[in-house]
Amino acid sequence: MREGNTPLVRLAKRDAMPRGQVWAIRVGSFVLAILIGALIFLLLGHSPFQGYATILDGSLGKATVFRQTVRIAVPLLGTALAIAPCFKMRFWNIGAEGQITAGAVGASWLALFCADSIPGPVLLVLMAALGALFGGLWALVPAFFKARWGTNETLFTLMMNYIMIGIVRWLQGGPWEGRPGSQIIPEFADNALLPRVFGVHCGWIIVLVLTVLMFLYMKYTKQGYEIAVVGESENTARYAGMNVAKVVMRTMFLSGALSGLVGFIVVSGADGTLHAEVAAGVGFTAITVAWLAQLNPFAMIAISFLLGVLEKGSDTLQTRMEVPASISDIITGVFLFCMLGCEFFINYRLIFRKGRKEAAIHG
Amino acid sequence: MTALETVHAIELRHITKRFGQVVANDSVDLTLDRGQILSLLGENGSGKTTLMNMLSGIYRPDEGEILVEGKPVVIRSPKDAYDHGIGMIHQHFKLVDMFTAAENIALGLRGRGHDRRAVAAQVKAISDRYGFGIDPDKKVYDMSVSEKQTVEIVKVLYRGADILILDEPTAVLTPQETDRLFDILRAMKADGKAIVIITHKLHEVMAISDQVAVLRKGKYIGTVNTADTDPQALTEMMVGRAVSLNIDRPEAKYRDLRLEVKGLNCKNAEGVATLSDVGFQAFGGEILGIAGIAGSGQKELLEAIAGLQKAESGHVFYYPPHPKSDIAGNHVPVDKAGEELLGKTPAQIQKVGVALAFVPEDRLGMGLVGGMGMVDNMMLKTYKENPGPLVDRKPPRALAERLIEELEIVTPGVTAPVRRLSGGNVQKVLVGREIASQPTVLMTAYPVRGLDINSSYTIYRLLNEQKMKGVAVLLVGEDLDVLLELCDRILVLCGGRVSGVVDARTATKEEVGLLMTRVDQGEEGTVHA
Repeated sequence: MREGNTPLVRLAKRDAMPRGQVWAIRVGSFVLAILIGALIFLLLGHSPFQGYATILDGSLGKATVFRQTVRIAVPLLGTALAIAPCFKMRFWNIGAEGQITAGAVGASWLALFCADSIPGPVLLVLMAALGALFGGLWALVPAFFKARWGTNETLFTLMMNYIMIGIVRWLQGGPWEGRPGSQIIPEFADNALLPRVFGVHCGWIIVLVLTVLMFLYMKYTKQGYEIAVVGESENTARYAGMNVAKVVMRTMFLSGALSGLVGFIVVSGADGTLHAEVAAGVGFTAITVAWLAQLNPFAMIAISFLLGVLEKGSDTLQTRMEVPASISDIITGVFLFCMLGCEFFINYRLIFRKGRKEAAIHG
Repeated sequence: MTALETVHAIELRHITKRFGQVVANDSVDLTLDRGQILSLLGENGSGKTTLMNMLSGIYRPDEGEILVEGKPVVIRSPKDAYDHGIGMIHQHFKLVDMFTAAENIALGLRGRGHDRRAVAAQVKAISDRYGFGIDPDKKVYDMSVSEKQTVEIVKVLYRGADILILDEPTAVLTPQETDRLFDILRAMKADGKAIVIITHKLHEVMAISDQVAVLRKGKYIGTVNTADTDPQALTEMMVGRAVSLNIDRPEAKYRDLRLEVKGLNCKNAEGVATLSDVGFQAFGGEILGIAGIAGSGQKELLEAIAGLQKAESGHVFYYPPHPKSDIAGNHVPVDKAGEELLGKTPAQIQKVGVALAFVPEDRLGMGLVGGMGMVDNMMLKTYKENPGPLVDRKPPRALAERLIEELEIVTPGVTAPVRRLSGGNVQKVLVGREIASQPTVLMTAYPVRGLDINSSYTIYRLLNEQKMKGVAVLLVGEDLDVLLELCDRILVLCGGRVSGVVDARTATKEEVGLLMTRVDQGEEGTVHA
């Protein structure tokens, strides 16, 4: 009777779990992802060892591919850092894509039209500043509407992405078009390109510095504290005498400015020109990075690098082992699924139906 | 106790329930019979609600068994509970605002419940049988708190429950409404229903129950016949040691005018008046109680004074104490003119010395940040004082440690999220912080909401200390007995108007209860039909 009525498995919320155990679960889920990935390779008739070796070799094996991996990780990390304060504030900014693009437009404008008259380093600093300003202002629009009229920031920021991408398309085919009819914006002059350090554009140094700064900002500054309070409860923030509208707008400006800076890094460091796909989905992938890192800036370094490895490694997989592109996407998906899924087991535990013996004692 | 062969309506045997490492119920035994009202008594966190939630199918016990009518049962869901005739009326009503009473009652019942007229007729039958005044076609959003509660009770009865569990049903009611509820409970008892009532108020335990079961820290202490016990003995069972039940009301040496509210009018977001022409004076060295049915404008009044609500018109004058007055007893009367507080920002008003500690239904509410530890909560209003862009966590940390010691706050640490603390400790954190800001006006709403006796008395003591320091204390409370014992004067609000100010030393509970429903008879009459 009793056993028949008790479900086989039930869920219970956990108390805080010891750190060691948390990491055991995380490592376990990672191993599980590797095993599932291996199964997929097997089903396709490839050796899993060869598959993973290709991914690792293709993303880390040589200096050239390693640099490319870093180039993928840099904008991801920068953008994840940018949206972290918004998410902490529970302001769902999914408009990083557009804010990156806005920043790229700002930086490109200087690169295209003032490169002759301004010396290199000054030009780069100005490009970075204008990129940040453009990104910040672009982000300020939905923040203003939210603070003033309570509009939904999720839809608002999302739709602003497409407006900004549309603007770049227009620039591409219109005022900024290089060779007539090419639909391409000309490449930047050399003094508008980020210098390389260890073979990769120095954007990686910028985002690493930003990581430390963002950590300090969130943890030790008054503004970081205000962001955390507003995120928990706007009423509490008002009660504490905070100007919620001001905090929301300031934080969104900061977030957009950082995304804009990423836009500058991409056009000036990686691409050397502006095009409509400059953000390339980074604004969305960065949301995954931020969440997986639980908004911890240092964890974002590891996760964006891991995603870089998976993306670059999958590229190599396609060319070397001739697997379809969708397979590399599936492998990436399996890893993300397992990593996100393990957080569930960290917060909940499963209770299995007790054995006969115990039931007999009480029954 | 009853003889062995008697079949109990409910029998709990060795029920244990754990949440992580916390043992909420530790091998609890309990019996409940038909035609009986059992009070379940215990301090906060003693596991009363958890125990009852296992009866109503919300939780499942980790160990032990539940017997209904002598047969072991497994209750997996509220539906299972109803199948066994058990229904629970929760502290927070679970009603759909947009639906009528009848629709809410029929909600979730397959098969039956589609025939509206049949439901209405049956609701009417139940209603007449026990003396509920309920209109089946009234929408929930039009109802007063007491009406909503009635709907919850009828809902449970409609589903055929004859074992009823009420979780702190009187917390939201006026004395008159409480009396009416008790009449209904007695009628149901006479009809052979078994009733469990969870309450903190000892005089209600004495008034309504046949037996009292006491829990302490998750353990079952014992069951006594109400007729054989008294509040003092019950408190001792509950707390585990002797406690004085008298609330002090010391006399302050001086009473200085500190706050003067004149013609205050407020509207809510929908443009409905929440405060109409409210005026009163509050004095330093006095506790001014504010009584009223829930939602009579208490919250709006405090928020308007604190600058959190925009006032349409009126004045709030603040008279700062003379700088030469001090706690030691040197008294210099106020000589300055009043300072207008309306129009100032919440931060400016805090600076003047007006502190607000509002404890809403969810207890954390707007005064505390649940996800943050005590340290970060301590600096909620003072973080700006540190020069430069950084926060300084040293003073709030010291304050947190001091409060933990002085108020005996139980917490795993100063950085543990306050959401994880029990209700009483959360309230101590909130009230303690407001007092630590050394206010000259301390406004507090429901500071003992849902608190156990010990914690409540700690809070009363803190308020009295503030009063003796010359602080003007404004106390919005829901327990009239406490207000009458603790306060110097009581301001009664009704429908956003002041319906009277009484001297708490001479006023009676009935007097205050009447004032709570007096003004705006026409309008109120429809709400409290």
